[in-house]
Amino acid sequence: MHTQVDLITSLYVFMLAAFIGFEVIRRVSPLLHTPLMSLTNALDAIAVVGAIIIAGERKTNMSTILGTIAIVAATSNIVGGFIITDRMLKMFKPSTKAPKQ
Amino acid sequence: MITGQHLIEITYLIATALFILSLKWLSSPATARRGVWAGEIGMALAIIGTLLYRGIVDYKWVGIALVLGAIIGVPLGNVAMTAVPQRTALSHAFGALCVTLVGTAEFYLRTPDVPRFTMSVLSLEVILGSLTFTGSLMAAGKLQEVLPQRPITYKGQNIVNLGMLAVAIVIAVLLVLDPGRTVLYPVMILIALVFGVMLIIPIGGADMPTVISLLNSYAGLSAAAMGFVLDSKLLIVAGALDGASGFILSVNMSKAMNRSFTNVLFGAFGQVQTSAAAAQEQRAVRSATAEEAAAILSAANRVVVVPGYGMAVAQAQHRVRELYDALTKRGVDVKFGIHPVAGRMPGHMNVLLAEADIPYDKLLDMDDANPDFPQTDVALIIGANDVTNPAARNDPSSPIYGMPILDVDKAHTVMVIKRSMSPGFAGIDNPLYYLDNTLMLFGDAKAFVGGIVRELSGAAAHG
Repeated sequence: MHTQVDLITSLYVFMLAAFIGFEVIRRVSPLLHTPLMSLTNALDAIAVVGAIIIAGERKTNMSTILGTIAIVAATSNIVGGFIITDRMLKMFKPSTKAPKQ
Repeated sequence: MITGQHLIEITYLIATALFILSLKWLSSPATARRGVWAGEIGMALAIIGTLLYRGIVDYKWVGIALVLGAIIGVPLGNVAMTAVPQRTALSHAFGALCVTLVGTAEFYLRTPDVPRFTMSVLSLEVILGSLTFTGSLMAAGKLQEVLPQRPITYKGQNIVNLGMLAVAIVIAVLLVLDPGRTVLYPVMILIALVFGVMLIIPIGGADMPTVISLLNSYAGLSAAAMGFVLDSKLLIVAGALDGASGFILSVNMSKAMNRSFTNVLFGAFGQVQTSAAAAQEQRAVRSATAEEAAAILSAANRVVVVPGYGMAVAQAQHRVRELYDALTKRGVDVKFGIHPVAGRMPGHMNVLLAEADIPYDKLLDMDDANPDFPQTDVALIIGANDVTNPAARNDPSSPIYGMPILDVDKAHTVMVIKRSMSPGFAGIDNPLYYLDNTLMLFGDAKAFVGGIVRELSGAAAHG
């Protein structure tokens, strides 16, 4: 359960992460906005850790079922998101071609 | 002494750092792939750490779910590049689904003993999650063209939508005051699910870049709210990063469409302006054949290609690459001018052109492309319309007046590949087509560009 201190700490974490997010993502070139979206989407699927705990704790049948479906949804985002981001980034090449291998 | 719980926390801490580095490295194409690896390692660490958690009594369902998710994820990671917008919308739906289900499980596990703050963020989590789930499914359906792409509007739409949202919030407040009212919970979820559908109904294809960014932001915020409920700093950080990313992209897209940000936040976009199209009169346009277009292009020094959604629909990007090759071989300087909202999601055109092996340093964004148009011999527009409409610059009565555009009309010659004279998605006539320096190239984008390429190579063969 939350204590008052935990809550304030969490709010600090959220605030700092939001600032870091703005500063870091502002620097991403519009060239890469599509991979940016698929990458943040994959990272966002870290919600899977919450789902794993819910499903693994087996507290009630309902929580186990909901947690299990949640794991499937999040894992498909992790796997699919990383694969497609890497596929897209592989395609971006500069003009000055490296010598052929 | 380091306990198991500490070990888990340490994996989360490292994962958090790797996630931030992952986005930092994405800022440049040179380091971007390293960013993906950092994200993957962070993700793997966090999952392994979580599996060590002592509270997990049964690994069977967890294991099955992880494998099943991976099996579904592989094809979703290998869709064609043209299907990336709908895949992205679908992944927002999956992310939101996960968050909503976990929030729901938490609610029923903890009720009636939920502290007020926790219940508030839990309500925020599941409302945002539910509306993002159905909203993203709707967006994916429209992009995949299994749902009608035309915006559906009716009188009082905004009032109905805002009313539904208000009811959901009132229920949330009642639940915060007394989390024991479990009967209200499914009602709140149902309203949020319907609200997500209603929110996307009035959205047309051209507004999709803004909507996808906005749903991206909602998905991130709901995950961050889940982090507060579960007291997981890792989730709070990941959600905040995703939310910030979606927010920045939404702001970019709304600026590029000259819509206010409140307009975007309330989802009040997508109104079709039909008045302008009605006033359209028959004016003379000049058209040209592939042969004539090829002659003009090969005589040019500088060419800027402006791609739009029409290029994606016609799958013309590989023909465009052949055109790029043919012209570059003749010493013509070919660049691409890309409007932020060209296509169906942020960066859509860049991905398609990169897939066709066009070097990324030839892809200019709007601010870099615009100063060069007066020195450009030919601006070749392929499947773009509203983002080149000079009325946005000089006709205050135009519905898109004030929207930043690519100043293609300043090029010496403008060539527009277009199927017919029908107005674009927004139903707005484009005065560009009637300018003296504009040549209309009527036909399918892929076939026409292919025709120009044939003319160019044929001319080369004849010397």
